[in-house]
Amino acid sequence: MEKVVTGNYAVSWGARLCRVQVIAAYPITPQTSIIELLANFCAEGELDARFIKVESEHSAMAACIGASATGARAFTATSGQGLLLMHELVHWAAGARLPIVMGVVNRAVSPGWSVWTEQNDTLSQRDTGWLQYYCETNQEVLDTVIQAYKVAERVLLPAMIVLDAFVLSHTSEAVDIPDQDRVDAFLPPYRPQLKLDVNDPHAFGPIVAPEHYMEMRYKMQKAMEEAVSVAQEVDEEFGKVFGRCYGLVEPYRLEGAELALVTSATITSTSREVIDELREQGVRVGLLKVRLFRPFPATAVRRALAGIPKVAVIDRNISFGHGGIFAQEVKSALYNVDGAHRPPIFGFIAGLGGRDVTPASIKEVIHTTLANDAPPEEILWIGVKK
Amino acid sequence: MTQITTIPGTKNFVLPEEELVYSGSVSCPGCGAALAMRYALKALGPKTIVVIPACCWSIIAGPFPYSSLKVPIYHTAFETAASLSAGVRAALDVQGDTETTVLAWAGDGGTFDIGFQALSGAAERNDDFIYTCYDNEAYMNTGIQRSSATPWMAWTTTTPVEHPKEEPKKDMVAIMAAHRIPYTATATLAYPEDFIAKFKKARSIRGTRFIHVLSPCPPGWRAEASDCIKLTRLAVESKVFPLYEIENGEKYTITVWPKKFVPVVEYLKLQGRFRHLTPENIQAIQERVDREWEKLVRKAQN
Repeated sequence: MEKVVTGNYAVSWGARLCRVQVIAAYPITPQTSIIELLANFCAEGELDARFIKVESEHSAMAACIGASATGARAFTATSGQGLLLMHELVHWAAGARLPIVMGVVNRAVSPGWSVWTEQNDTLSQRDTGWLQYYCETNQEVLDTVIQAYKVAERVLLPAMIVLDAFVLSHTSEAVDIPDQDRVDAFLPPYRPQLKLDVNDPHAFGPIVAPEHYMEMRYKMQKAMEEAVSVAQEVDEEFGKVFGRCYGLVEPYRLEGAELALVTSATITSTSREVIDELREQGVRVGLLKVRLFRPFPATAVRRALAGIPKVAVIDRNISFGHGGIFAQEVKSALYNVDGAHRPPIFGFIAGLGGRDVTPASIKEVIHTTLANDAPPEEILWIGVKK
Repeated sequence: MTQITTIPGTKNFVLPEEELVYSGSVSCPGCGAALAMRYALKALGPKTIVVIPACCWSIIAGPFPYSSLKVPIYHTAFETAASLSAGVRAALDVQGDTETTVLAWAGDGGTFDIGFQALSGAAERNDDFIYTCYDNEAYMNTGIQRSSATPWMAWTTTTPVEHPKEEPKKDMVAIMAAHRIPYTATATLAYPEDFIAKFKKARSIRGTRFIHVLSPCPPGWRAEASDCIKLTRLAVESKVFPLYEIENGEKYTITVWPKKFVPVVEYLKLQGRFRHLTPENIQAIQERVDREWEKLVRKAQN
């Protein structure tokens, strides 16, 4: 069934198709319409879930943790400040190895107040142990919710589906809504090996002495490493069933390129247009979209960038005191690998606080990179009034 | 006339034999909280899931890979006893289990202070679990710092005797009753028949149930470990901690009317945290306690 839906509604439909059993959520712009539609699905009996209308995002994640630990498939959604308020329990969910899925609409962090898109809210959750997918289209958003539950429940780590504020969250596109029975076949019910159960009592999360704690963290890292191949397999399986797959990264027109642009989320769509236009003019540029950010698909990134003389990374985020976060990640993926080709990496920062990243912005990135043998500055700002 | 009704189950009381707390826990000698859990689980039985935020019970429940309870435990963050319990309840319900009781078990810091928002939210939604605050009147697990449950003029490590706590204890029971939840009650250890009857009654009700347990901490109160039970009896007899229940935020019932009343000094003098009090301080406490008791009796008469 094809429907014209916003990115937010694509998240809601994804959760519905996954037959989530417990939803706990709190409103925040620009996420709110995700949970509004889910509330309607529950009210109309189209989704058999308990919806706990909590009094904060912190409580939303706490309730999801309680529900997931009791064996239910749990879902929430948030954005910006709400995600930051939740942070303590974002760690908790991962440490407790609970496969909660959360839709996150990227929203710039305050002050000053901003409701527009930027990735610092989700990237500041980078080290919590959550999988993170950054989506480009509404179809990808819906499909990734379904994929994420399957991956999360296999590796026992939670997953975030990330979409840009307004550019996706409030923009309508035609989206194929898969049939429920096909999703049911793809994603069986969640049946954890251990849960809160009076017939099989266990204590979850007590004090852990140094002799055990490190092993628990080692196992989280091993699960993250496993998640790379599981995410790849699940994406391929999804492609066979539903006819769409996305890869962990997506190379676009990288053949013979002298410059690879690295992007994430909706900046990718604009970049595709620019690449097509420049390719027609004979400029040898291509694109690498990073879809899965945690675990970071370093091998896929290295493979895609092999032999390309220059790399330009566009970051809609900043780690103050260092630079763009995707640029750092790409650099680190190319280091410490025998024989790895290490091109100069130009780190651009653009579009903070929801400023538009236009075709002209992307052309400026490309022209700056082509015109210099090495980055003239560690951080290259696009369109900033200095 | 005043409602003074012992609740069903208190006549010919026999302590239930079933033990759901293992022996050999790591609580301090004379710990009220350890005994309170033992009583609560005797009342609630094995079909109970216990949710424990950061508090003394995070320790008493035992380190990985041990547990001091025979029922499932979920350890959670300081401020999440109520919100996490709401999630557990929802997951049980959606899987068709309406029989298991969810017991949130938090200290006064996790209830009166850092967990207050989540508790108020859950109570407003009437989420279906029993929330117990075992109140030892300070942050005891971190080493005796004042909380909003600490009594007026008490010593703690953050309210030294040169500058003891100037504010009265927060009236948490009144706040919970103001949420109009189906059941709110006080309980303490010297009255196990009343304690257990209240937990059994709570178990038979759906919605948010709040039980406030006065739970002595001998190290924190600077009291003798052997005085734990005596202290709770004196707290009731001095009217410092009356035993009552409130149904639907309206119907107040005093469940234990002490056979004799004692001056507050009898309760205070066993505790080093009150050693610095002047006769005027003690008089002021006496007057406040008398006033609060009269207010309670009036509410029970309506």
